[in-house]
Amino acid sequence: MKNRYKDLWKVFATFFKIGAFTFGGGYAMIPLIQKEAVEKNGWVTDDDILEIIAIAESTPGPIAINSATFVGYRTCGVLGSAAATLGVVLPSFILIYAISFVLRQFQELKAVQYAFQGIRAGVLALLCKALWGMYKKNKKNWASYTVMAGAFLLTAVLDVSVLPVIIGCAVFGLVTAKLMERKVQK
Amino acid sequence: MIYLELFLTFLMIGAFTFGGGYAMLPLMQEQVALRWGDAIPTETITNFIAVSESTPGPFAVNMATYIGAEMGGLFGAFCATLGVVLPSFVIILIVARCYDKFKESSVVKGCMTGLKPAVVGLIAGAIVSVAVGVFFPAGFSFEALKTVGFYLSAAIFAVMLVLALKKVHPIIIILISAVAGIAIGYAGLW
Repeated sequence: MKNRYKDLWKVFATFFKIGAFTFGGGYAMIPLIQKEAVEKNGWVTDDDILEIIAIAESTPGPIAINSATFVGYRTCGVLGSAAATLGVVLPSFILIYAISFVLRQFQELKAVQYAFQGIRAGVLALLCKALWGMYKKNKKNWASYTVMAGAFLLTAVLDVSVLPVIIGCAVFGLVTAKLMERKVQK
Repeated sequence: MIYLELFLTFLMIGAFTFGGGYAMLPLMQEQVALRWGDAIPTETITNFIAVSESTPGPFAVNMATYIGAEMGGLFGAFCATLGVVLPSFVIILIVARCYDKFKESSVVKGCMTGLKPAVVGLIAGAIVSVAVGVFFPAGFSFEALKTVGFYLSAAIFAVMLVLALKKVHPIIIILISAVAGIAIGYAGLW
């Protein structure tokens, strides 16, 4: 029993460290998880890491949370999941809560407002780059282009809510995949 | 009840965001504008993307904590963060038990063939909202096209895009844009 608590603490501490030192989140976290969970502690294998990425890509939610929950579960079951997830979330939570105070204090300053005016143009560039990266990872076929254009037009031009569009695109993907399957079988 | 609203809104955002990084931006931008638009305008969210890029931790958690703190203090931050984390936590616990079934599932695969390109289209839409705020801070007008501020914003954007594509670190890009913004501001050109 005592060992179990030790393991739980170790899972928590490891993921706290991962949460505290990964900038940008998401995929940036994978190499660190690999180093800590595979090489240092032997909790999971390299194949598990590939599995985690595959799962994270097809389940909702942030990749950091998905992978922490998964590795935690493999190590100490449900409690391990809870320890890992709490660990990965806690550093951001504390830091961002503190930053929200600082931002409120300084947002009236002229220099800060000027800085953010420039920063927003820089953020726009970062978002465009991220979009380009995601576009490149997609399949290049008519179904894929239709969904991209459709989702964009519906939300940005026609002002349809995002949630029904997400659900609609999932159903569209399911239906076209089934139709293609049937075509192949024939 | 702001706490319940924060929890449920971020629960929905967590449950319907597929893929990492900015995949949650479209839904979050829309929901925040809809519910708390007066307190948190789109510009504030764009500013916060910069903060999130310069601090550790996943974007989703940072964003939930920040908006929760703005709307409901410490307990608000807790409710929003719990909401955004809970769906993935529960779903992964289920998937971890029956991974092989999940992996072979044609339903999951089918949905993903629709969801992956959808995220690209949705983020493109969210980027348009950000772009309007950057280039037309007072709302879109053809008059704004004649202002110096418009061309300066466009210049910062173009230079930063080149740097970003050359894989310069986001924090450096944010720092350079901040310095440019301050310089332009004190020159009285915004």
